[in-house]
Amino acid sequence: MKIKLWINNKVYEDHVEPDTMLLDYLREKGFKSVKCGCDTTNCGVCTVYLDGKTVLSCSVPVVRADGHRVTTLEGVAKEAEEFARFMAAQGAEQCGYCSPGFIMNVLAMAKELKKPTEQEIKEYLAGNLCRCTGYEGQYRAIRNYLGATRANYQLFEKGEVIEGVR
Amino acid sequence: MSDKKSYINQRIVKKDAMALMAGKPLFTDDLTTKDYLIVKALRSPHAFAKIVSIDTSKAKLVPGIECVLTYEDVPHIRFTEAGQTYPEASPYDRYILEDMVRYVGDEVALVAGTTEKAVKKALKLIRVEYEILTPVLDFRKAKDHPVLVHPEADWVSMMPVGADNRRNLCATDGYTDGDVEAVLADCAYVVEGTYHTLANNQAMMEPFVTSTALDAYGRLVVTSATQIPFHVRRIVARALGISKSKVRVIKPRIGGGFGAKQTAVSEVYPAIVTWLTGKPCKMIFTRREVMIASTSRHEMEVTVRIGADKSGRLQAIDLYTLSNTGAYGEHGPTTVGLSGHKSISLYGPLKASRFTAEVVYTNTMSAGAYRGYGATQGIFALESAMDELAAKMDMDPMKLREINIIPEDVPVASYYGETFKSVGLQRCLKKAKKMIGWDEKYPVKDMGNGKVRAVGGALAMQGSGISGVDQAAVEIRLGDEGTYNLLIGATDMGTGCDTILAQMAAECLECDLDKISVHGVDTDVSPYDTGSYASSTTYVTGGAVIKTCETLKKKMTVLAAEKMDCPVEHVEFDGTRFYSMEDEKEISLSDLADASHFNRNDVMSASESFTSPVSPPPFMAGIVEIELDKETGQVEIIDYAAAVDCGTPINRNLARVQTEGGIVQGIGMALFENIQYRDDGMMMNNSFMQYKIPTRIDMGKIQVEFESTYEPTGPFGAKSIGEIVINTPSPALANAIYHACGVRLHELPMTAERIKMGMLALEK
Repeated sequence: MKIKLWINNKVYEDHVEPDTMLLDYLREKGFKSVKCGCDTTNCGVCTVYLDGKTVLSCSVPVVRADGHRVTTLEGVAKEAEEFARFMAAQGAEQCGYCSPGFIMNVLAMAKELKKPTEQEIKEYLAGNLCRCTGYEGQYRAIRNYLGATRANYQLFEKGEVIEGVR
Repeated sequence: MSDKKSYINQRIVKKDAMALMAGKPLFTDDLTTKDYLIVKALRSPHAFAKIVSIDTSKAKLVPGIECVLTYEDVPHIRFTEAGQTYPEASPYDRYILEDMVRYVGDEVALVAGTTEKAVKKALKLIRVEYEILTPVLDFRKAKDHPVLVHPEADWVSMMPVGADNRRNLCATDGYTDGDVEAVLADCAYVVEGTYHTLANNQAMMEPFVTSTALDAYGRLVVTSATQIPFHVRRIVARALGISKSKVRVIKPRIGGGFGAKQTAVSEVYPAIVTWLTGKPCKMIFTRREVMIASTSRHEMEVTVRIGADKSGRLQAIDLYTLSNTGAYGEHGPTTVGLSGHKSISLYGPLKASRFTAEVVYTNTMSAGAYRGYGATQGIFALESAMDELAAKMDMDPMKLREINIIPEDVPVASYYGETFKSVGLQRCLKKAKKMIGWDEKYPVKDMGNGKVRAVGGALAMQGSGISGVDQAAVEIRLGDEGTYNLLIGATDMGTGCDTILAQMAAECLECDLDKISVHGVDTDVSPYDTGSYASSTTYVTGGAVIKTCETLKKKMTVLAAEKMDCPVEHVEFDGTRFYSMEDEKEISLSDLADASHFNRNDVMSASESFTSPVSPPPFMAGIVEIELDKETGQVEIIDYAAAVDCGTPINRNLARVQTEGGIVQGIGMALFENIQYRDDGMMMNNSFMQYKIPTRIDMGKIQVEFESTYEPTGPFGAKSIGEIVINTPSPALANAIYHACGVRLHELPMTAERIKMGMLALEK
């Protein structure tokens, strides 16, 4: 099937099999931040944006992206890096395999929720599994990020200068 | 002047943090190209069967298929996939492919092709005729069962672990110290209980992935998500029947391990295809394959008896473990030992103790290594029984622990006679009680809405490396501009050891962390290291870093003395320059580095190896507060307080995150993660749909504090942190549930259904 889509604002015209999933297509095109964790839409590792909304790319046939705009972590590198510094400051990336999908969802949440409570943050991100961190470090990073990047949001902890964060 | 800030016990960002979070192509599959053939396995639908015939002719006709391999095409050399020091304690009980299949998921054939679609199609076209055999599925009946899982004549156990394949025994273990029966007979209080833990899956986010290719010299290059590169080199060479010198193993970034990748689960399959075809291959396990065809935690049933005198002083502990190693013996003989040695040793001195263990084969998925490695199972039993003893004595269970914690400086019979030099457990217990508010909350509070809040706690220990076995070497080279290259064989799997070991080197060499470049593992380049498992890396490889830095400093000092033309005894080093006060001379490290590259017959490089005769245990106390719904039996975690003695934490951030992560993984084991088999031996929980690991709304709030001690044999006083942290949730939650509703659960996971059924049984 012939498709035309935009990945990170660049146009791609291609012939694809009807059963090709967006996840596999994106990896084939070199967007290696997009990873597979479970094949059953349970882990959130493969999260990307389709027209700005988060989707699980393991379960979206690429033909559904025909005529649409796809964004991967590579396409939001600058915003991602800003949040990543707060993650790094906590050591909360650990193995980093779930980080791209998680960061995509965190950035979506930051846009969507104005002043999220702890419960709202946890519920928004509940579909992003992480086996390394126990989630606490991620939560500290989110709170510090929101506290530092928007007004009227209390920091989880006073920012410390931490070796290696640049 | 040199910056004298310390890198020890600090919050230091991981060196690879930003690249990982930018989604850079750093993992095994990311590094492959389109030329790599896809390898997949046809897996057995039967728990136990003999292959009568395999017809692969149709499969081979699928366009894009490169080869289809069956047992007729591979070497018949028994090997183990367990990543252990040679000679391995695990029996040699596998072929790459065999005409016998021993569990649902066992490899029957391998297909390699240019696309995943072609390979999947070919898999469906392989026709296999099986002679279906009666499987042994109940591990309680496996010993001396008429059906033998491994009757084959070439089965071999390399080490004296009490294995006997004619009895379905993978190993037997144990020790006796004193007359347990006599001491128990004299005790004022004796409790006995039997506790059952399941075959949990490690469930790291990155599945098993291996790519293989031949290099310019015809050698087999194996790139793999592994914790054990040097063991993989040996395992692959043995399985393929080729020289180790023909194999090179590279470990890129790994998406979590937790012990799963301490077994060579995926490596031999693409390796044999590449070796036979000469073509590059990759094998990526699906999540379903990770669940049904890897290695899990060993299912164990632990029976423990504890005897105490009138005042609650423990007199004797007797512990028996039955362990299910599944269809193959990976880590079977070694995990079981920890269920006794690393539980009983929490308490003492005891008048007598005994540990007995049997490890049996069954026709279920092979068990292997999983964080905690048997200690988790043993501690669930012992720490549950401690609360049962406290209940019998009508005593505060934390008080009972407090008066029995093992002291420093006495030989511990249950721990190979070792003497502990750093036991911070009393402080851990006190701190955890304070963090949770034990004295105010124990045992239970009725919330007046059908719910109760209760607290429960447990102590835990682990080891730091395998004493007298593990060894690690590192190499440090002085490079241009006075920077250093640190070469290690320890495997960072997200845990941050590349950074932690660099912190130690920076501390020793008194330089900025940025001046230490770390090279991940490549068996052609890295010095030998047994690998990252058994809580060894900080302690064992860290020990090697310190030794190596000392040697390099001496070498550099000698060169500096020569260049400054002064006696070596006068030369001092401050991290950036060598100087002699007496001779009023100095040379910068950068100039020394340049000088070392000009017309020299020596190398400014050092390499040392470290091994330890002891395995000093880290300790911790974990206390949980739960809210239990008496209508439904549902448990909600309110708060989890953990106080940890890991000696000196090297990196406070990473030690904290290890603790939080381990506790949540332990909560999963305790409450949700439920491996169930059908009557025909098929695993039912084979995806994240059915095998529920904790999400961020399942874990409550976790507080972590470090009660540091100084371990004299550890680098900068450090002990391990990686494994111990999974050991408290199961017993702490079991004890809290008991305090909440009077139900004592002896089996994991502690689901709402089990709790409610227990409550209904109590009402009768």
